[in-house]
Amino acid sequence: MSTASPDLVLTTAPFVREGATTPRIMFEVLSAALLVLLAACWNFGIGALLVVAAATAGAAGTEWLFSRSERPSRLRDYSALTTGVLLGLTLPPAFPLWMAFLGGMAGIGLGKLIWGGLGQNLFNPALLGRAFLQAAFPTAITTWSPPVESGGLLSVSGRLFAAPMMSGEVDAVSTATPLGLAKFENQITEIGSLFFGNISGSLGETSAALLLLCGIWLGARRIFDWRLPVSTLLAVAVLSGVLHYLSPESNPPPSFMVLSGGLLFGAIFMVTDPVTTPTTPRGAWIFGIGVGVLVVLIRLFGGLPEGVMYAILLMNAATPHINRHTQRRPFGA
Amino acid sequence: MSSAPARDARHRTFRGGVHPHEHKESTHGLPIERMPFVGEYVLPLSQHIGAPSKAIVRVGERVQRGQMIAAPAGFVSVALHAPVTGTVTAIDLRLHPNGKMMPAIVIATDPLDSQRVPETHPVDPASLTPKDMVSLVQNGGLVGLGGAAFPSHVKFQVPEGKQMQAAVINGCECEPYLTCDHRLMVERPEVVMRGAEIIRIQIGAERGYIGVEANKPDAIDALQAIAPSTTQVVSLKVKYPQGAEKLLIDAIFQKEVPAGGLPLDIAILVNSVATTAALADLLDRGVPLIERIVTVTGPAVTRPRNLMVPLGTPVSAVIEHCGGLLPDAHQVVLGGPMMGMAQKSLEVPTLKGASGILCLDRRSAVPMREYACIRCGRCLEACPMRLNPTRLAQLARAEWVDELEAQQLMNCFECASCSFVCPSRIPLVQWMRMGKGMLRNRKESS
Repeated sequence: MSTASPDLVLTTAPFVREGATTPRIMFEVLSAALLVLLAACWNFGIGALLVVAAATAGAAGTEWLFSRSERPSRLRDYSALTTGVLLGLTLPPAFPLWMAFLGGMAGIGLGKLIWGGLGQNLFNPALLGRAFLQAAFPTAITTWSPPVESGGLLSVSGRLFAAPMMSGEVDAVSTATPLGLAKFENQITEIGSLFFGNISGSLGETSAALLLLCGIWLGARRIFDWRLPVSTLLAVAVLSGVLHYLSPESNPPPSFMVLSGGLLFGAIFMVTDPVTTPTTPRGAWIFGIGVGVLVVLIRLFGGLPEGVMYAILLMNAATPHINRHTQRRPFGA
Repeated sequence: MSSAPARDARHRTFRGGVHPHEHKESTHGLPIERMPFVGEYVLPLSQHIGAPSKAIVRVGERVQRGQMIAAPAGFVSVALHAPVTGTVTAIDLRLHPNGKMMPAIVIATDPLDSQRVPETHPVDPASLTPKDMVSLVQNGGLVGLGGAAFPSHVKFQVPEGKQMQAAVINGCECEPYLTCDHRLMVERPEVVMRGAEIIRIQIGAERGYIGVEANKPDAIDALQAIAPSTTQVVSLKVKYPQGAEKLLIDAIFQKEVPAGGLPLDIAILVNSVATTAALADLLDRGVPLIERIVTVTGPAVTRPRNLMVPLGTPVSAVIEHCGGLLPDAHQVVLGGPMMGMAQKSLEVPTLKGASGILCLDRRSAVPMREYACIRCGRCLEACPMRLNPTRLAQLARAEWVDELEAQQLMNCFECASCSFVCPSRIPLVQWMRMGKGMLRNRKESS
């Protein structure tokens, strides 16, 4: 060859890669969560945005504080932002902002950083943040305000701006969630309301229709392992169906159990966290079924109206064991 | 086989694997052309797995095209032949595609010679004893031309009294970009089929199978049209790494070769179509392995081509013959993009195992930024050996050799499916190689 070799770069095989990258995966989950946030704003007013923003600021700020010397910034993998937004969406509409901020800090600090950062944590950081808030502010996190009337989009509850260490005025109007109504007043909310979101509850959990769409989107794009949400929802449907059949008086129908509360939100955004769920296909089924069974048991036989958070955190703890016991038989062994 | 698989509408396949973009369209319609002779050929003595060949010519000696210039040194070793008529000008260290300086025979071409290979009468495979066959193949320099370059005669060494079930010919060509096997099957199906029959008769198997991925319908048709009743052409689902012999066997027979074992253990022998055709040329015409088909392709080469290239031709000359590299050339890879080897210099020879010369540009380069493992499990689903690549990578990093062994690392054949899917861009297959090195080192030192 007459000309000298161009400056060729040496790397090792493979020289082609599949498109998805970790930041891309996190970004798509974040985008889906932001859609849910839009719906929350529609349902609960602009205050929803403030609560989620506060939780996200707490999460992202903590991540930044402990990795500020790293370049490029660790925030650019979108995982801390995703944690913050997801945590925010599990909170009640009129939740004091300083508490939400603290929850974000706890989620990233206790839920992720002390374990060694992204990929090392045992528990879902957003849910750990929420568990922290549940323990610290049991009243605030179970005080539900109703959806806003049309035209009330810009109305903001004064409680949001409670000074740090204060809980703020309890709104004149507070209400019960469909699950609370079912548990304590034996009153079943109709499916249509559960589907389109004009009910009370945590910010992100009230529109089953939107959550299902997000689930189909993320599942079809293989952002998460479809087995996880599918097995969770199936387990809830089957177990609550059997219980309802045995005792229709005391146990709500499976359609209500699947569509109410945080189940769909948890199944689509929390159960699907790759870090804290099993890596093996068989493990994914076991995990999902475990979550579903625990949700039904806590909701119907426990002291709380809702159990998605504890169900997922408990199964998170079991994940390393599930992984170990579901290793596949190697080829030819 | 007792249960003969039928070619059915649903293409056969294996579990796991990945779907890289094929990139075959730029060359799969291009007929094989002959690479013109160049002035100098460099023939490393080590072009195969096993002991390097032993040079049997001296500097200054005149050699004929097709003449043996290096002999096998031991059983797992093959002969090497002059790809051109000319004069041996040096036997010393030359840059090998593996990045090291390795002993090589250098031949200057005789520009006046006709470069015709003296052909011999066909050998009747039925007249050959297994021992004759092994020595003929070994002295013919045959190795697996799919890329691994494992000496072919070693496979033909069937233990006495062993009844072989099937001879399988591998026409999957599952590596993206490569089309050399595809062109061979389309243009010389009778040679492939002849080689397949030779192998089947020689090892005493009742049935022969030719596995081809479904993205090569013209190759399937060409082979089908001339297949004898003993041989079946099997259409396979397009999926990487379908061409790995254990997975090919799994797809055709739904049988798993035991871990750590060989296809021989379940009485099956697998050869690539290129090796099979080379065997037919060796027995029918007496032509040893002196050239091979190479796909020169990728976004950074001017005119992609399928070329019949004499062994030892400098990669630079082959690329030059294809119009040279484009200005944004970034990487040149010998072999396919999944298992090939990047080159720093183009002044390396075309080896027996070089199925492709892949020229990549800056746009197709893989960004090197690595993220933390998020335990998404994609590598587990991709691994055709059903290993746990991310766990093995952690164990290799920690040099936990006992656990690497317990987790069956040696089953990994480095197909790179794990690295391909990893969203965190962790060089998983690189860690597998390191881990396997640790296991080998420990075995040697004990």
